[in-house]
Amino acid sequence: MAVKVRIPTPLRQLTNGVDMIETPAGDIAQVLQHVCQKFDGMDKRLFKQPGELNRFVNIYLNDEDIRFLENLATVVKDGDDVSIVPAIAGG
Amino acid sequence: MSYVVGLRCRECGKQYPQKGVHVCEVCFGPLEVEYDYAAMKGKVTKASIEARPRNLWRYRDLLPIDGEPKSGHHSGFTPLKRAHNLERVLGVKELYIKDDSANYPTWSYKERVVSVAITKAIELGYDTVGCASTGNLANSVAAHSAVAGLKAFVMIPHDLEQGKVLGSLIFGPQMVRIQGNYDDVNRLCSEIADKYKWAIVNVNLRPFYTEGAKTFGFEVAEQLGWKLPQHTVCPTAGGTILPKIYKAYKELISLGLVAESQAKIYSAQAAGCNPVVEAIRAGRDLIKPQKPKTIAKSIAIGNPADGFYVVHAVKESGGWGEDATDAEIVDAIKLLARTEGIWTEPAGGTTLAATIKLINSGRIPRDESICVCITGNGLKTVEVVQDELAMPPSIPAKLDAFDAFISNQGHAAAGRNSGKPLAVPA
Repeated sequence: MAVKVRIPTPLRQLTNGVDMIETPAGDIAQVLQHVCQKFDGMDKRLFKQPGELNRFVNIYLNDEDIRFLENLATVVKDGDDVSIVPAIAGG
Repeated sequence: MSYVVGLRCRECGKQYPQKGVHVCEVCFGPLEVEYDYAAMKGKVTKASIEARPRNLWRYRDLLPIDGEPKSGHHSGFTPLKRAHNLERVLGVKELYIKDDSANYPTWSYKERVVSVAITKAIELGYDTVGCASTGNLANSVAAHSAVAGLKAFVMIPHDLEQGKVLGSLIFGPQMVRIQGNYDDVNRLCSEIADKYKWAIVNVNLRPFYTEGAKTFGFEVAEQLGWKLPQHTVCPTAGGTILPKIYKAYKELISLGLVAESQAKIYSAQAAGCNPVVEAIRAGRDLIKPQKPKTIAKSIAIGNPADGFYVVHAVKESGGWGEDATDAEIVDAIKLLARTEGIWTEPAGGTTLAATIKLINSGRIPRDESICVCITGNGLKTVEVVQDELAMPPSIPAKLDAFDAFISNQGHAAAGRNSGKPLAVPA
């Protein structure tokens, strides 16, 4: 078992169309770090600076926004789902 | 002719051609339509606008369409009403209600954004449109797409008011109720837009969609005789309309259609879902998402995508943010109905209640012009006032029964004051 990370469409040009990758467990920062190491250019898309996500990047752990959890320090276990979702407008 | 140049990321500035894309592939920032304002000078004038029919398309030069409008030919140009009765109650000199509860055909400000989005969906070659909605947007998408011959697929939280649900279903869209709150629906929609290649109006058509909201601000200015109100109070949910009203004001100034003036903009939210007001009060532009808990379901968006831009517009304009409790919202709904004859939904009650608090706290001076933005209609949300309004007694169809009823009431205005007394603000 590993952690599944869902890649949204706008980022798939960096992943050759791959929409999900697996990473080892850890915390959100480590999981995203793993994703960034795997794909060139990903780091700039997700992070404004080390430790600070871009304003319009939302990260979900099993359907919960990490801002309701421990942000980047949120613990991720084997079998968990992590989603990267762009913020979108309301209605 | 169109003055649109293309799309540009609001964050990093990367440019894109016009297409169904909503986030910057570099930084995830929202994309915004760019216009050639220099080419508009001398061509987009008060006269050129006033010569067009009284609907939102009279401002088409400042909207992102390439050809003729395909939807919303009767939408917009809603009343801007001088609210003399409310002025007296609140003790202010010049108060206006911009009343989109009367926006055709589904009675909310959403006609503005949807008219543009539907036109753009057709221009870009989509055959299916959809949306994530707290109700009003779904109603509007369903109605406009029925007329335009597009397939509609609308997604809403499972617990919406019945009027909002039926108000979509009557137009025959496919609808699905999602077990979660609006933010859950929104998130799902962003994944659906990716996968199904539909035009989700508030997702992949968002750059075009949001521009439609500017027409609210254009109309306020034109209806005031081409000038800006000193104070505009606007509800905030996802954060679309407030920054766009502000943008509309700025565009009119830069085109020389209104005199430069300080038009302050204020954000109104329900106390049970106030992430933007909280950020304004705390002096930060980072929005901390919330789990909404309020009767104002149409603005119960705990993770407002454009919240940052609301904070920015409010700050830049010199405005502020204010929230209202559910009880204050209901009182304000009744106050607006009983002074100005306008029945608004909780979002409108929130906006009026916040306005009253801003006046009472001295943030909005009593002797300056104020515009209250009413964005939705109370007939869709009868649930929120049902318990407040006692069902009147029923009597036999006989004059003596009526006489007895009147003498029991003790005054002639029987029924008018049934329910709880209306709280008149300080």
